[in-house]
Amino acid sequence: MKRETQNLVLLLIGGAVLKISITGAFSLYVKQGLRPYLIVAGSLLLVLGVYGLVIDVLGYRKDAEPPAAEADEHGHHHPGGSSVGWLLLAPIMAIFLVAPPALGAYAAERAAPVATPKPVSASFPALAAGNPASTTLADYSSRAIWDKGATLKGRDVRLVGFVTPRTAGGFYLTRLVISCCAADAFPIKIYVAGDAKTPAANTWLQIDGTFAAPVRDEADQYDIATLKAVKVRLIAQPEVPYEQ
Amino acid sequence: MTQTDPVLAQPVVAAEEVEQRLRRNPKVDSLVVLVIVLVVAMVARPWLVPMFTGPAIASWATIFTAVCVQAIPFLVLGVTLSAAITAWVPSSFFERALPKRPAAAVPVAGLAGVILPGCECGSVPIAGGLVARGVPVSSAIAFLLSAPAINPIVLVATAVAFPRNPEMVLGRFCASLLLAVLVGYAWALWGKPAWVRMPRRPDLTGMSRPAAFATSARHDFISAGGFLVVGAATAATLQVVVPRAILDHVASSSVLSVLVLAVLAVVLAICSEADAFVAASLSQFSLTSRLVFLVVGPAVDVKLIALQAATFGRRFAVRLSSFTFVLAIGCAVLVGWVLL
Repeated sequence: MKRETQNLVLLLIGGAVLKISITGAFSLYVKQGLRPYLIVAGSLLLVLGVYGLVIDVLGYRKDAEPPAAEADEHGHHHPGGSSVGWLLLAPIMAIFLVAPPALGAYAAERAAPVATPKPVSASFPALAAGNPASTTLADYSSRAIWDKGATLKGRDVRLVGFVTPRTAGGFYLTRLVISCCAADAFPIKIYVAGDAKTPAANTWLQIDGTFAAPVRDEADQYDIATLKAVKVRLIAQPEVPYEQ
Repeated sequence: MTQTDPVLAQPVVAAEEVEQRLRRNPKVDSLVVLVIVLVVAMVARPWLVPMFTGPAIASWATIFTAVCVQAIPFLVLGVTLSAAITAWVPSSFFERALPKRPAAAVPVAGLAGVILPGCECGSVPIAGGLVARGVPVSSAIAFLLSAPAINPIVLVATAVAFPRNPEMVLGRFCASLLLAVLVGYAWALWGKPAWVRMPRRPDLTGMSRPAAFATSARHDFISAGGFLVVGAATAATLQVVVPRAILDHVASSSVLSVLVLAVLAVVLAICSEADAFVAASLSQFSLTSRLVFLVVGPAVDVKLIALQAATFGRRFAVRLSSFTFVLAIGCAVLVGWVLL
């Protein structure tokens, strides 16, 4: 892979990273906090690629190429080490052409069932104000299971998630929680009690409801928080599909 | 301004015939191929995109992209630092900074890993830059193994992930540092220079410092980035194919759980800043086996093996990885037995 080609690849990968970090598509792949670092990294790669290409263009314009531009591997071949650089086309094309979607019901169901993580502090602060109070599935699940729903009783709660099927009937409202990127996602499931008919898997819903006693999961290994649905609304996939 | 360092003056190995062929056709080959590939991909897009709509392959593509995207800022950081070291730091600095005897240099290099926040993707190019700069391989190895595991970001992440078990943070720090120092010493005692292929760096003689920096950075990123893609693809394939439900059956056995988590740490190639949270979620497993996961992961995984192969050569990477894998399990189990 020649110098010019390498610079072009740098340009493309920098552009790809910049594109997803500016448009917000990065939220489908990595955590929110990574955004400024993605912007910086993408810009650096872009600048490095452009710098290299500009140096080349300036070099070709002159009849006698100055030693600084000439004295690199122009004409030298790098077997092995730089041939692997072609693989960088894979993420470039993934981002520009395929634009992989957020992980959904398939990934949530494939993940091994896992209990709601135990919270950091023993006491729970009061639920956020509002009627209904909006909160994350991880927060709701934590309060329901580890606090026995003490802070949830008598409150209307609003949860947002997607549908995953339940073999025993009904459905779960699910959200994938990531700590760094989509590779470490694990699901939080809330059993939705009520007369609502089961929507298709992967449908995004906003559900208002009240606290109900937790149920056991299908393998009877741990508790799953329950929400008694009062109002169910179809919504579009949120811009940030994962809880962090 | 002229680079007179004998290490950097080492010319790139170039086959006679390839060089002659390229001199005849200087601007054809890779650039044209790239353009053709891109044009074909864009034209074939309507047929390409539907191939990725099935849930399994879509998940694969998402995880693959996620691992690549998440690693890139750290790779850029590592490559930038490595290129800066190559272009601006004279080798005499390292001769003065590190103690002469390996007995003292290795632990110092291991502790120096504390200063480099970030993922393992950054430490490998830097270690390569250090070796090219004349730092002894044993110290570079100690640094390479400790930096991803004991830097402040990773330690804080571990503390947050195990709120009721702060001893996991101490355990991780001690086990990883011990591992780094032991492997460094092992190399100093038994390592043969023939095992290391000197990092193949472009000929930088006669360049200005900014140009040397840019050439170094470009070459390193392209090379390491390609191997990162291999690691990301492997990790995505294993994540989509391996059912994690299998872990339930394994978690009950103490020997099996340690071995399985060690192998899992290698194949999942999760960034060292995130593996603490993954380990925390594997609540079926004992703390010791999860410590094994945290110690093996930053030291040996498919991504790192690939990066080490790119920087130091395949033979070196294989020897280093196998030895480190076994020793990592040992260190983690030992520290776990003492602390947990």
